[in-house]
Amino acid sequence: MTAADEALERVTQVPGVRGSLLISADDGLVVAERLMEGIDGRAVAALAASLVQRLGRATGGAGLQAPKFVHLRGNAGSVLAAPGGDDLVLVAVVDPDANVGRARIEMLDAVGRLA
Amino acid sequence: MRALEPWVVAPLQTFITESSARLILLMTTSGQVVAQHGFSRSLDVMTASALGAAIVASTEELARIMGASRFGAVVHGGSRQSCMLAAFGTPRGRWIGLVVFGSETSVGIVQLFFDKMVEELVGAAPKEHPSPAPVLAENFEHDLNASLKELFGR
Repeated sequence: MTAADEALERVTQVPGVRGSLLISADDGLVVAERLMEGIDGRAVAALAASLVQRLGRATGGAGLQAPKFVHLRGNAGSVLAAPGGDDLVLVAVVDPDANVGRARIEMLDAVGRLA
Repeated sequence: MRALEPWVVAPLQTFITESSARLILLMTTSGQVVAQHGFSRSLDVMTASALGAAIVASTEELARIMGASRFGAVVHGGSRQSCMLAAFGTPRGRWIGLVVFGSETSVGIVQLFFDKMVEELVGAAPKEHPSPAPVLAENFEHDLNASLKELFGR
């Protein structure tokens, strides 16, 4: 199992996580994915990368550091993103009742191991 | 943005807004321009459409020789701007999209909304086909000039 697969495996084992992806932040393309049926990985990758890039520019413009973790919460669930090294971002799509705290810990740990 | 056929406008406008693409050219596989956005000179459009059609023809022939199905898209990543070239089927025949985009967007976003635009174009295309006029050498220059006039409004 590759390091990317291992990272995705750990995140998807958290209760309520519907899928996780490793994406390229600059290109918005999928590097590796582990998703439940019905989730369009390509769309998640493109839009999550765009979100992380724009947040990075916004915080940079405000004189702050780039975000280490992003939580976009909606009525039907959340998108979590943890930017890492080498232009990679670990993204998770989670249910509204997911254990976001544990998902966050797993994602930050996994992305740290990938760097 | 200029288009030869009005039903192309809405899908193309949505694509431009959502993808933040700098330039887009829609053309037929023979290089006839259908719509353009961002080009300021007719010469650039003529050159880009001819080159785009030629590149797609080359890649499709390459795919055929390799025994593969058609390539989905060709992406050329540059340092300041990138270029994507993709052919797709419509009720009006096979068309090509040439998109130039910069660092304000990404190849993932461009591909995502390009595919959505293709779906919308296929849905918006009129079902009845206009009877195509024969392409005659004596009409070619007149037709080309008329198309460019329509696309640049002059």
